Amino acid sequence: MDTQTNTITDKIEVKTTTCYMCACRCGIKVTLKNDEIRFIQGNPDHPLNQGILCAKGSSGIMKQYSPARLTQPMRRKHGTKRGDGDFEPISWEETFTILEQRLSKIRATDPKKFGLFTGRDQMQALTGLFAQQFGTPNYAAHGGFCSVNMAAGMIYSVGGSFWEFGGPDLEQAKLLIMIGTAEDHHSNPLKKELSKFKRHGGRFISVNPIRTGYSAIADEWVAVKPGTDGALLMALIHQLIKIDGFDYEYITRYTNAAELVNIDSASDWEGLFVHQSGKRDGADRLWWDSDQNCAVLNHTQTNKPALTGEFCTSDGIKVKPAFQLLVERVAQSTPEWAAAITGISATKIESLAAEMANIVKNGQIELPITWTDVWGIQHKSVKGTPIAFHSMRGTAAHSNGFQTIRALSILMILLGTIDAPGGFRHKAPYPKSIDYLPKPPKSTADFQPNTPLNGSPLGWPTSPEELFVDDSGNPLRLDKGFSWEYPLSVHGLLHNVITNAWRGDPYHLDTLLIFMSNLAWNSSMNTGEIRNMLQDQHPDGEYKIPFIVVCDAFSSEMVQFADLVLPDTTYLERHDVMSILDRPISEYDGPMDSVRVPILPPKGQCKPFQEVIVELAGRLNLPKFINADGSRKFKDYPDFVINYETEPGSGIGFLSGWRGADGKKSIKGEPNPNQWDMYANNNCFHHYAMPEEHHYLRNFNRNYQEWAVEVGFLPKVEPIMLSIYSEQLQHFRLAAQGKRTGRQPPDHLRERIKTYFDPLPFFYRPLEEAYTDLIKYPLNAVTQRPMAMYHSWDSQNAWLRQIHAHNFLYINQQTASKQGIADGDWIWVESMHGKVRCMCKLSQAVEPGTVWTWNAIGKAKGAWSLSKDSNESQKGFLLNHLIAEELPEQVSVQGNLERLSNSDPVTGQAGWYDVRVRIYKAGADEEQITSPQFIPAQDYPGMKKSRPKWLTYFAGKGDTNDR
Amino acid sequence: MTVETNSKTKQLALVIDLNVCVGCQACVTSCKQWNTSGTAGPLADHNPYDADPVGTFFNRVQTFEVGEYPDTEVVHFPKSCLHCENPPCVPVCPTGASYKRAEDGIVLVDYDKCIGCNYCSWACPWGVRELDEYKKVMTKCTLCVDRIDDETLEERDRKPACVLACPTNARIFGDIHDPESDAAKAIENRGGYQLMPEWETNPSNHYLPRDNKRFAEQNQAAEEQL
Repeated sequence: MDTQTNTITDKIEVKTTTCYMCACRCGIKVTLKNDEIRFIQGNPDHPLNQGILCAKGSSGIMKQYSPARLTQPMRRKHGTKRGDGDFEPISWEETFTILEQRLSKIRATDPKKFGLFTGRDQMQALTGLFAQQFGTPNYAAHGGFCSVNMAAGMIYSVGGSFWEFGGPDLEQAKLLIMIGTAEDHHSNPLKKELSKFKRHGGRFISVNPIRTGYSAIADEWVAVKPGTDGALLMALIHQLIKIDGFDYEYITRYTNAAELVNIDSASDWEGLFVHQSGKRDGADRLWWDSDQNCAVLNHTQTNKPALTGEFCTSDGIKVKPAFQLLVERVAQSTPEWAAAITGISATKIESLAAEMANIVKNGQIELPITWTDVWGIQHKSVKGTPIAFHSMRGTAAHSNGFQTIRALSILMILLGTIDAPGGFRHKAPYPKSIDYLPKPPKSTADFQPNTPLNGSPLGWPTSPEELFVDDSGNPLRLDKGFSWEYPLSVHGLLHNVITNAWRGDPYHLDTLLIFMSNLAWNSSMNTGEIRNMLQDQHPDGEYKIPFIVVCDAFSSEMVQFADLVLPDTTYLERHDVMSILDRPISEYDGPMDSVRVPILPPKGQCKPFQEVIVELAGRLNLPKFINADGSRKFKDYPDFVINYETEPGSGIGFLSGWRGADGKKSIKGEPNPNQWDMYANNNCFHHYAMPEEHHYLRNFNRNYQEWAVEVGFLPKVEPIMLSIYSEQLQHFRLAAQGKRTGRQPPDHLRERIKTYFDPLPFFYRPLEEAYTDLIKYPLNAVTQRPMAMYHSWDSQNAWLRQIHAHNFLYINQQTASKQGIADGDWIWVESMHGKVRCMCKLSQAVEPGTVWTWNAIGKAKGAWSLSKDSNESQKGFLLNHLIAEELPEQVSVQGNLERLSNSDPVTGQAGWYDVRVRIYKAGADEEQITSPQFIPAQDYPGMKKSRPKWLTYFAGKGDTNDR
Repeated sequence: MTVETNSKTKQLALVIDLNVCVGCQACVTSCKQWNTSGTAGPLADHNPYDADPVGTFFNRVQTFEVGEYPDTEVVHFPKSCLHCENPPCVPVCPTGASYKRAEDGIVLVDYDKCIGCNYCSWACPWGVRELDEYKKVMTKCTLCVDRIDDETLEERDRKPACVLACPTNARIFGDIHDPESDAAKAIENRGGYQLMPEWETNPSNHYLPRDNKRFAEQNQAAEEQL
């Protein structure tokens, strides 16, 4: 225990836990003085952040003692209207009784009528398990509107993705190309690595319409038009093929580039790989041996299979290597072609390609590490091209994002960077093969009353048979995930939940439980209309969404629309796990997970949401939460974390460290009753360091895979091939072409599937453009989150709101001056869906066709316990009002009324950054406040009636009691 | 006025690396957090939950753009007391509250003597002194003296809060008169510079410039090799 300069009577304690001011999960050391927080610092003994801490983490005190805390369960007063926010306090027992009665009735009759949707929580292994055991398919977290294109595009291509499951190896990289990232999910570690990278001479190129955040320190800024990254990536692939700049040894050995694809347009198996067995599926895919002039089993008789050309097998099947198809695909994607789309000059694209090619040729890294590949060949070294990429929402949040990220993945593959030194590195438990990732339920038979869901609420389909649709091919999830509309919506579509539930399309819900997601504000597209839907009623007075339960720690905008409010704790008052079953904090050199432990007692009657889930699961008799005799299995959440096993006796649970009765086993082992203490005594994390021969090329590394099978990360040792060509997509396309038996898409969706389920990447304009008058709305409008607010819930934070109390629309200086707009002017920003009045700032750091703002700084009047004249509501604004959650309604050729989400047609990723706008000066006589404005909620029970004019925080005086 | 510097005495200071600062504001709030409950605290906030919140911060980050699109640079510029070797804020203080600590050159304010007259902030050309409107005393960066003086802290913790927090390690702390210190070496090797040397305050804090030269050189090298 440390002591500070204090009087002798002061009680000083130092405890460690994990930050949760955003989703980054740094280790922190919290110093308490007389039971109040004196100081939160980064824990120098924590591997993730090694002592550093961001602006949010350093402002945790103001979250803990925020006057916007909810402190007791509340119910909408009988006879009041939803949305007025007129609540009365009730007890937890009454709260649980209401929920138990309501949910047990739904579960016994029609479990899909219960929806559980969560935000940026870090407990999806638990909430997902609850939904699955309850038997509802209507569960998702916020990935569908965040970066699911990144997760899906990369996992379907390379078996891993950025952030928790992989990242740029900046310690060894020579060149970093960052595309569409301002701040990042892996926030502090990336900042730390960027700095080291620059200091040891690495070159950093940022591709982004805007130069802020990390881009500010880029050695070079390449301004790109939003939604056109795919064209740039296609042109880079084109150019690198042209100048012979790729790593052909890597490509041949580790990718499906040499595998032969059936190109017979008359065949029902067109576009599928051909197999030695003559069957449609299997690992026995063929290569072309040019020496013997025949097809041979992959990785057997030749090291130099043909990558290009057209051949005919002895069975008379016309084939081409997948790489040949890629070459043909990018043939027209010249730098000149991309220049016209992206706004980046052809010369610049050529020089980027030349720079990469130079590193492939002259700058590869070879490490003296001995390892054996899955084909049994021993290698004396590991080679790689030290070009690292990083990308996140900027590429993902477009309706063409999936294919863009396919193109990015392929570029990374062809350069020889996947799980190679200095490239993209996996983090355990990844890489994983799509084939063995969980699958969604498949049909109506998979959800039955009083029965767990047969399947995982969220999963990874590989063919139409793994979609979740009824016999007519119609969606079965409320958000229409895993239907023919968005077949690979692996994170669900949170952005369509309210609209679909309100409209009753595909059906109405009964009870909607929302945790930590601000769907009445910045977490919805079309926010104004969504707020109307939340309070809309049938003619008989019944709400269209009959019962809404909201769990939140603060009086967010969403709380206003609840019928029942569950007060959550802060991160300093709870147990939590960053589980290996979920999204752990693993490093490149081995699996790592971590925990939170309570530093302070819960405020008032606050209860962690996990406790609510474990309590409800027990009350509802969900099978995995009860013993054989029907008694409750878990006392509380900490007890659940220690004792839950994926299967009885599996030895695999939520935490990987200190397993086994005596705590001596890692990753797999019986439950250990002292596991929490052992984590707490080790700075709240567990890190298993793998031997060096496990560190690289894990898609093909036998040493690694044998161990991964042992600990349950992989089902078996086999190559997880890097997909230049995605056969999974082709299965869907064949169905749409009517060439495949089994499930068929509804006719009105055939063309959509045929077009977008292309096994090779391609560039297309974001979908909404086709419905937009681009002459009238010429500008792209995008948002970013600032570093001091990224992934945070801290609009109420007294210190952070002094950094960003309101936002502006940033406009390129030339663009603004053409319209006579000056710095600081009040302007209107208008899309075809709506308009917003705000203030603007002129900038040279944004490309002329783009305007942008900080997201989620603007707040609704009265929310977050801010005064009704706060900057956030009077000068701050949301761009969300301009963005639609659906594309304009269309009548299809077949006569169907088509309502499609404004999302990627493959994954359902929300197309946040597709909107087109125009700007113009607000009238001189107009009110100088942002528009639209909303009617604030009433004061809630326990809310402070007056706010202090002065805040003079000084820990240890005991004056936080009344906060 | 000439600047007399005794380079033999210790001068603690920050060397701030503009080449890696991403403007994350960690230094701003970690400073606020440590100091509000420290010997210089509390650091008051006016209207914390109302319109126009404004409080005392010892350290702020300014962001500005340089150049015209597309050759735009965005610079994040953290600014706090520069602990000048010839601090103009000290001689103007009528009560002796403003002083430069002999043993390590930190410029400090003795709240017990400060009458809040503002002379020192008018004399400071950098605008880094903030009158705490609640306490009515002049406040400023102390380089966290109550951390660096506290021998009960572990050695690695005896640094300013902003230095510990900075995610890009852009803040290098040390004795700039000791040529062996990281701070002095960074100034020497990376072209560390003082703000406005012509004003003759001889700021102790230094800045390391942006360094994009490698870019042109590397590109040229790449082209030559191809």
